[in-house]
Amino acid sequence: MELLIVILIALALLVVVGIGFVVRGRRSVEAPPRPTPEVELEPATPPVVVEAPPKPATFRERLGKARSSLGGYLGSVLSRTIDTQTWDELEEALILADVGVATATRVVEDVRAQAKADGVTDPAAAIEMLKIRLKQELGGHDIALHNEAAPAVWLFVGVNGVGKTTTIGKLGSREVAAGKNVVMAAGDTFRAAAGEQLEMWADRAGAGIVRGAEGADPSSVIFDGIASAGARGADLVLADTAGRLHNKANLMEELRKVRRVADRGAEEQGGSVTEVLLVIDATTGQNGLAQARTFTEAVDVTGVVLTKLDGSAKGGIVMAIQTELGIPIKLVGLGEGAADLIEFDPDMFVDALFDSV
Amino acid sequence: MFDTLSDRFDGIFKKLRGKGKLQQDDVDEVLREIRLALLEADVNFAVVKDFQAAVRARCVGAELHQALNPAQQVVKFVNEELTAILGGETMQLEYASSPPTIILMAGLQGAGKTTAVGKLGRWFKSQGRNPLMVGADLQRPAAVEQLRTLGRQIDVPVFSEPSDPVAVAKAGIEEAERTGRDVVIVDTAGRLAIDADLMEQIRDISDTILPHYTFLVIDAMTGQDAVQTAEAFHNTLELDGVILTKLDGDARGGAALSVKQVVGRPIAFASTGEKLEDFEQFHPDRLAGRILGMGDMLSLIEKAEEVYDEQEAEAAAAKILEGTFTLEDFLEQMQALKKMGPLGNVIGLMPGIPKEVKDTEIDDGQIARVEAIIKSMTPAERIDPVIIDGSRRARIANGSGTLPNEVSQLIKQFREMQKMMKRFGGMGTKRVKKKTKKGKKGKSGGRVTASKARAAKAGGGLSLPGLGDGGGLDLSELGLDDLADFDR
Repeated sequence: MELLIVILIALALLVVVGIGFVVRGRRSVEAPPRPTPEVELEPATPPVVVEAPPKPATFRERLGKARSSLGGYLGSVLSRTIDTQTWDELEEALILADVGVATATRVVEDVRAQAKADGVTDPAAAIEMLKIRLKQELGGHDIALHNEAAPAVWLFVGVNGVGKTTTIGKLGSREVAAGKNVVMAAGDTFRAAAGEQLEMWADRAGAGIVRGAEGADPSSVIFDGIASAGARGADLVLADTAGRLHNKANLMEELRKVRRVADRGAEEQGGSVTEVLLVIDATTGQNGLAQARTFTEAVDVTGVVLTKLDGSAKGGIVMAIQTELGIPIKLVGLGEGAADLIEFDPDMFVDALFDSV
Repeated sequence: MFDTLSDRFDGIFKKLRGKGKLQQDDVDEVLREIRLALLEADVNFAVVKDFQAAVRARCVGAELHQALNPAQQVVKFVNEELTAILGGETMQLEYASSPPTIILMAGLQGAGKTTAVGKLGRWFKSQGRNPLMVGADLQRPAAVEQLRTLGRQIDVPVFSEPSDPVAVAKAGIEEAERTGRDVVIVDTAGRLAIDADLMEQIRDISDTILPHYTFLVIDAMTGQDAVQTAEAFHNTLELDGVILTKLDGDARGGAALSVKQVVGRPIAFASTGEKLEDFEQFHPDRLAGRILGMGDMLSLIEKAEEVYDEQEAEAAAAKILEGTFTLEDFLEQMQALKKMGPLGNVIGLMPGIPKEVKDTEIDDGQIARVEAIIKSMTPAERIDPVIIDGSRRARIANGSGTLPNEVSQLIKQFREMQKMMKRFGGMGTKRVKKKTKKGKKGKSGGRVTASKARAAKAGGGLSLPGLGDGGGLDLSELGLDDLADFDR
């Protein structure tokens, strides 16, 4: 019923509106010829800087060069006593970090009420209260990457260009360095040269790789990857998928199938899919929440990887993703080397939210 | 979360209806909603502030003209201000008098530069040019390979060599001169705006090849940071324009507004899909509606124009208005509609569609079933489904591989739809009367709508006081009023 109504509304509007346009005989849109090469958007982070000594980066080290703590932006807040403007500016700082209006308002109003009740008048104390509150909201989740199965399969999903392939490359290097036997499955059979890109990472990391032809069925490539991992007794399969915009129903359907097939493939090898990681680019704005919602509906996301946090973007949208959808942030990408992909740390993340660029 | 501005306005407007004049309080409330909507669309905070101030200045004490109610007037102001920032003109590229015309692409990692290079290459080719694509992204593994693959797909040569990015870019230009290519598009590695070394490198590339156009590639999903990034690239490279990618997602693309505002350069192209031909010159006036969540009527109309045959369409419109639309017509329309892409996308482009409808999971497979049912009917049955009795129903169900009760359901629903259409038709006629008080008499609702949207296309802000046909107003009217009426 609903469906027909929708069609109907669509038809009615189209016919009444769209058609009128045809009638007016405007030059028809230069409909370009349609050869149909299919290509997708570029992936994320670049290079494969040969890893310098794998000294794990910290938020502070990485961000220190880009940001000065509590400089500029909140400087003016600190120099006054608390007033309405203070709270407005704190809210503004959160909004500018892409936290989103709803979350920013909610948190700031709560803290404001609490500050009033506690009689807090020092702006530095108010900022501290806000940070503590944010850290509480972000903390307490299980952020471990689970691999209690052999082979354990980690599936990587996300929209185009967020850095899925690169994340797999880095994580693969890390896990191989930790003594794991890793197989990468090049499930992005859509974007030109995505398979080559992953293969270069696999070679560098010393991981196995299973690729299919360009345009091959991603489910079957990943299935083969898992089977190959089972055959060679590998511990971990990192399965790449093509970037897809979450509002494309057919592509999300394809992803559901990938998940089903991966589950079955893992089961056949005595393992299981232990992580489905949604990769989100720190520059993403409010659309990130819609991405997380749709992807988790489709494939039951277990965690978020926040990439490109070493830029000027703060990645605040993951706050909403975690608080509204309960999906924990597990990893953050703070640079181009394999060692720059590190565990999420709520304290550092929140401190960085308020840093000026 | 995904409420559109028109949804929000609707509530406020209900209160405003019947008021003769905008009060300060009304304006404040509307401005708060505008702020929220723009922030949720990822327009930068500072840009929103300026914008609010501009709209407030226009609203307070504005002379209300008779044709509009206060709510419509606010939407009109908002739309005009938005369009003013975005710029009304599509950017025109001028080719260098001594070829090749050199284009440098820059942007963050993952914005879609390499794909945009391929799409731009294809676009230039379709303009009768002979482009050369240069792969100077030597950083990301397989980036050059990706570009070569794209080059093969669109039959455009690609130049690259494993040296350093500045040398590759330079050699690429020489290659173009040597082989007589008249446009060179240089792809570069993604880089963070705060990475001083890499920003220095791209400045070197730019200083070496002296591009005629430098485009910043920006992801439509970008949040507040778009401003910092655009400023940094602009300071380093002096941008000429912006290419907005992934506009086929459901992000509202507020970043584009921010970038336009801070950099002051037009958005030249928009990338609207995964296929290489999903790329077009950007029409700034259309983004206003999208940012406001009012749908993208004009894109919709263009799509419709591509798939609808003029006369058929006119006939169908007439039938709808008369209420003589049959299952046969329905089938035809549905088939045309299918050519416009997944129904969900099409509906997403429409202004004012209620949220519940937009959120409805639309399974294109179900449409196929409906189609199968109708195709299994005889022509007589399609014209007058009343004649379908038990045995005919069983035959149709058999023929279409569905169940008899699905067939009855379809027929029942179609009848209800017919009724709705008649009402819709009635509305159209009413509108005609309302709108053509003094002018020539429109023949059908469709025509009037056409002239209205033509006005909208001509760009916002043209409307003279007293005329009801100004820019975004049309969209808003269609979006708010029609659907509101429609619901009733």
